[in-house]
Amino acid sequence: MATMVQAIRMALHVGESKLGVTDIFGEDVGPPLGGVFTATQGLRTTWNTPLDERGVIGMAIGLALAGRKPVAEIQFCDYAFNTIDLLKIAGNTCWSTAGDWNVPLVMMTPVGAGIRGSIYHSHSFDAQATRIPGWKIVMPSTPRDAYGLLLSAIRDPNPVMFLKPKALLRVKSRPGEEIPGEPADEKTLSKMIDAPLGDRSAWKPEWPTLEELFIPIGKARVARSGTQVTVLTYGRNVPMCVAAADELAADNIDAEIVDLRSLHPYDWDAIKESVRKTNRVLCVNEDTEITNFGEHLIRRITEELFYELHAPPKLLAGAHLPGIGLADALEMASVPQKDGIKRAIAELARHQP
Amino acid sequence: MTASSTPAPASPLTTELTLRLHDLMLRTRVLEERLITMYKQGDGYFWIGGPGEEAFNVSLGLLVDKGQGVDHDYLHLHYRSSGTLLAMGADPVDSLRQMKNTVTDPYSRGRNFAGHYSVRKWNVAPVSSPIEVQYSIAIGTARAQAKGTGAKGISIVQGGDAGTAEGDFATALVWSSRKGQELPLLMIVTNNRYGISTPFAGQHGYDQVAERGKAFGMPTAVIDGNDPAASYAAIKKAMDYVRTERKPYLLEAMVSRLHGHSSASGANFVKDESDCLALFEKKLEDKKLLTRAQMDEMRAKYTHVLLEASKKVREEPPPTPESIWDHVFADKNYVGGEK
Ligand SMILES: Cc1ncc(C[n+]2csc(CCOP(=O)(O)OP(=O)(O)O)c2C)c(N)n1
Repeated sequence: MATMVQAIRMALHVGESKLGVTDIFGEDVGPPLGGVFTATQGLRTTWNTPLDERGVIGMAIGLALAGRKPVAEIQFCDYAFNTIDLLKIAGNTCWSTAGDWNVPLVMMTPVGAGIRGSIYHSHSFDAQATRIPGWKIVMPSTPRDAYGLLLSAIRDPNPVMFLKPKALLRVKSRPGEEIPGEPADEKTLSKMIDAPLGDRSAWKPEWPTLEELFIPIGKARVARSGTQVTVLTYGRNVPMCVAAADELAADNIDAEIVDLRSLHPYDWDAIKESVRKTNRVLCVNEDTEITNFGEHLIRRITEELFYELHAPPKLLAGAHLPGIGLADALEMASVPQKDGIKRAIAELARHQP
Repeated sequence: MTASSTPAPASPLTTELTLRLHDLMLRTRVLEERLITMYKQGDGYFWIGGPGEEAFNVSLGLLVDKGQGVDHDYLHLHYRSSGTLLAMGADPVDSLRQMKNTVTDPYSRGRNFAGHYSVRKWNVAPVSSPIEVQYSIAIGTARAQAKGTGAKGISIVQGGDAGTAEGDFATALVWSSRKGQELPLLMIVTNNRYGISTPFAGQHGYDQVAERGKAFGMPTAVIDGNDPAASYAAIKKAMDYVRTERKPYLLEAMVSRLHGHSSASGANFVKDESDCLALFEKKLEDKKLLTRAQMDEMRAKYTHVLLEASKKVREEPPPTPESIWDHVFADKNYVGGEK
């Protein structure tokens, strides 16, 4: 059972060996390190860039314009903010040239809290990302989805942002969520594709024979089905919401957890279907709550499904603070946690119109 | 002109090339004047362009290896590049269409300002308004053409002097000069000594932007961009270097801004700047290559043609409101060769 970071590495391997990926690059992405989270170890087309995020995004755009297929990494999304006007250019090039050019690049970047990363390794990027039209934005919550979404991102002719929930990178898949072709035994997989510690100059990975799996961009997944409350979430909060819902089952509260997987385009049909069934909605994500992507979902649900609702929709998001403090208590109080999610679901389930 | 680390050899142009340069410089000037008139008559919302840069930009356009893909040159230009485009063979009427933001505007279908060119079949990357971003993007096409790729083309990036204060300029210097990973990138700065209203000395502590290239080990030159012969020779020399060595070169051309920054500052003719076209025409007269009367006649003819064209363009349809949704996403990878 692969971890998410192994799944990403395997997807990039398939990308560079079968899907035309020509360049995988960013700060410390190439040898010897293979990425600060090891996501790019052992790959053939990786290289290190200067420490210059604007250069990384500009390079990706230029390579894409020249017919290559780049996958660029911003080491932490906390450091992507000075690239926003270049991200806008990647997103507006096709439109502003009325289809003369397209920009087929993938940008991947670790996002979110959960590793005690303090003020500059805990940012979320989903609110920013969804304000840059022209991009497709995906965020997996399982290794299998990471694999399948990354392959779809690579195949897409548009710029695609692949947001990596950093707290989930080391979490293993669960039975039934295998990546097609991965060895059944996780130790075997690790021996094959994880670089040894220390000197790895002579090391080469032994890639399993992987099958392509394209998880379509724009399609949500019901991570837990339920009947009383719909929880719309993504990334790190998906397993947290599922755990919260499982615990609430003891109190006869039955929540449905919808893992959006794609933030743009997002799966409105799936949202509608779930809300029509439960009539109650909670949005959960870690980004700061003012001008939050969940607010958009709530606005649209309120406008289009108002008469289906039996309770006011609710948003549980990051506190609108300038940063996420390092101490346990500070981080826990700044972004949604399981207990808060349980309370919010329970309140919605019990709300009487 | 001012100090130059590798002085461009004075290469006398052939008569044929001299006349061609003049013809294109004149056509470019007439186009810019027409665009300004259209703006002033309410046939456009904004003008920005390159009157005063024709000697340099036309030379550049004539020297470009034009075509699509990595075996030809990529151009990452800014909003004063009409001379380059006309020299490459662009139809000036298309510039009028962009000014009038008609649906027939081939560069942006009415979406973008005048002078914001985009021609994929000629590797002209889209001009976009944010200053200097093209320097961060140019390193990407250059990498796709680096030594070892076998690509024959080079990447050319151009912008003004004030914009070099942006980090993107440093990005291009740093990324293009890494030892063993040099990029075939010709970096051009067209220095008109102003960023809108702020003079050069108010933005930079050095005398010439080209000085900065030296710290990165790249050849540099500062040339008189008002002189077509000097421009042509210097661009050729720089291009030859980048093409054969597959390494970067920084070329700074001193140019004029003959109608101010843009329509925002009135777009009126500025009398105290050197006019490359007037200077060149004087030379042509002295050398008896063309008479004043001949040149006046050419000017009147080109002016008339564009006046008539602008009347036709006025009748061309605007884009429809529903078209805002077109091309948000590409359905195919056009740059990857999908048709
Ligand atoms: C990033 C950015 N900042 C500010 C502006 C507004 N602006 C447009 S042109 C310009 C001056 C540019 O001067 P320079 O680089 O010398 O080029 P020139 O226009 O003189 O050719 C400014 C500040 C902009 N377009 N983009």
